[in-house]
Amino acid sequence: MSNVYRVALAGNPNTGKSTLFNALTGLKQHTGNWAGKTVDMAEGTMQHKGETYKLIDLPGTYSLFSNSKDEEVARNYIVFEKPDITLVVLDATSLERNMNLALQVLEMTTNVIVCVNLIDEAAKRGISINEQQLTRRLGVPVVKISARNKTGFPLLFDTMDRLVKGIIQCQPALISYHTVIEEKISKIEPLVRPLIDDDLSARWVALRLLDGDESLLDEIKGRMAQKEEQTRGLKYPV
Amino acid sequence: MDLSIQFDKVLNEARDISSAEIRDEIVQSLHEKSKELCARTVTFSKTKEDVRTEKLDAVLTSPIFGFPIMLIMLGAVFYLTIAGANVPSSMLGEFFSWIEGYLTIFFQWMGAPEWLYGILVLGLFRGTTWVISVMLPPMAIFFPVFALLENFGYLPRVAFNMDRIFKQVGAHGKQSLTMAMGFGCNAAAMMSTRIIESPRERMLAILTNNFVPCNGRWGTLIILSSLFMAAGFTGGWASLVTTAVIVGIVLFGIIVTFFVSFVLSKTALKGVPTHYTLELPPYRKPKVWDTVIRASLTRSISVLMRAVKIAAPAAMLTWILANVFIGDTSILMYFVNFLDPFGKMLGMDGYILAAFLIGLPANEIVLPVLLMGYLSTGSLTEVDNLMDLKQIFLDHGWTWLTALNMMLFSLLHFPCGTTLVNIYKETKSKKWTFMSFIIPTVIAIAVTFILAQAAWLFGWV
Repeated sequence: MSNVYRVALAGNPNTGKSTLFNALTGLKQHTGNWAGKTVDMAEGTMQHKGETYKLIDLPGTYSLFSNSKDEEVARNYIVFEKPDITLVVLDATSLERNMNLALQVLEMTTNVIVCVNLIDEAAKRGISINEQQLTRRLGVPVVKISARNKTGFPLLFDTMDRLVKGIIQCQPALISYHTVIEEKISKIEPLVRPLIDDDLSARWVALRLLDGDESLLDEIKGRMAQKEEQTRGLKYPV
Repeated sequence: MDLSIQFDKVLNEARDISSAEIRDEIVQSLHEKSKELCARTVTFSKTKEDVRTEKLDAVLTSPIFGFPIMLIMLGAVFYLTIAGANVPSSMLGEFFSWIEGYLTIFFQWMGAPEWLYGILVLGLFRGTTWVISVMLPPMAIFFPVFALLENFGYLPRVAFNMDRIFKQVGAHGKQSLTMAMGFGCNAAAMMSTRIIESPRERMLAILTNNFVPCNGRWGTLIILSSLFMAAGFTGGWASLVTTAVIVGIVLFGIIVTFFVSFVLSKTALKGVPTHYTLELPPYRKPKVWDTVIRASLTRSISVLMRAVKIAAPAAMLTWILANVFIGDTSILMYFVNFLDPFGKMLGMDGYILAAFLIGLPANEIVLPVLLMGYLSTGSLTEVDNLMDLKQIFLDHGWTWLTALNMMLFSLLHFPCGTTLVNIYKETKSKKWTFMSFIIPTVIAIAVTFILAQAAWLFGWV
């Protein structure tokens, strides 16, 4: 029996995310070198070990604070559409800058694979990355690849396979904030928890409420109203 | 609904205990964590490349050299396009007119009626092959070269340089990226304006994107400037002068962009530009062969297909309009005669304005439609090289002013149909869609009118 798993690709602009998407799906599309080139989400499928993976190429963003339409689209997909895997693509040549996005994704969802791309470029510049150490510290699998040359793909496929089959369990390492913020979180989080679905991270929602992200609140409320309407619609069919 | 109230309660609670700096503190923690993680897992053994990036950036984004380098790059891309496209263009043109000869013989042998020959060969075949022979070579050169600059990492530096000016006129620095996209296609650029967060600045980017010529208009600009602008020069000099004219036209479009942005940001779209951080990606050695293949195949071919799809019916329609007579005047001529006085005032003629109006669906077809109009009324010269083309224009009273004003009108006039549809989709506002139609049109009319009047007044023509 074959399942269809949804895999969302997130990453900063210029990390080779679209190159990876093309390489995996074989769907040819133009890859750009500036922010927001991929605003409409491109989709494609790939097969591995009899399973079908539907890949969704999210807009390239530097953060997921919903400052822009792109960031909101990417964030909403990860949080509300709940893909089976979120593949965070990082640029090995500027890992520190890219890591922010990975950390943000880890706060939002559990099933994450961190893809360190452009590993050939990094090697040329004498940058080496200890992915085992990184895996331990992040609590999710880290795979080194080069999307251009298709190196590291077998391991990536294998990791995806084991993740969707539950052989690997992700335990994302959460950031601990300054004590002042942590105290505030612990005040808000219990209030949020009863209001939201189990698969939405209460800690993350609490954080967003604290930093005043009202667009997220509207999104949650809108989705709940929709759900309510649907259940009501079932009870009293027109 | 009940839930919504509870949510608002929690939000108020959160607001009470939150502070203005909390977002900064959160971001700060993220950065610290990233730093700590990378310090433990990443090791560097050499830094030659980073030094190179810094050195390159010091030159390419320098306040002194940044702009001249940009101009030179722009000029070089156009020069390559113009100088390189001439020969293959003529070869394609000759090839198609050779085929047309056989088609003519075939139609005569079949005893096909005159009108069928007119629609299919003089309309459809000539119109579409003309688009191919004139547009394919420049695109096949322009797109790969542009894509190479993009892959190398130069385009983000352009944005960095331009940022300073955009801030000055009250717009967003990212607008230069959406403009770069507009050089490819204004309709696609409308989507790319989503990277601009502030609605005000995004609207500025949408309203002014039209002032960068899309590839549908490159054909018009390149052909007209090479036919009329470099008349007194030969060989390499001719291409150089043509290049200078095109660079001038593009710069003029950018100046208009700044001007319109400035005026709007002081009037209808008041506000202070927002801050943002522009990340400059490292320079990369482009995969030359891959880029060239992908850019020429996917981009050129898809643009060309669009042109042919719209040019074919438009060419047929134009031929029909030109050959259906009411009394002793064709429908096209009624239209042309109606527009002619106004066209003359702008230093052009009724045919040109008619071509722009019929070309609303896509800018690619404006020149072919114009040519069809001229051919159906004037002498039926075979167009198998660019000089024949110039002769057709000269027969209809063209001067350098006609050519220049048509180029300016092409640069500044209303956006194409697809772009307008996308503007409506993005803004969901009939008012702003209308504004994005009317502002450029008024500017195009004003600029060509003033230029034409001045040229006559001072006796330049």
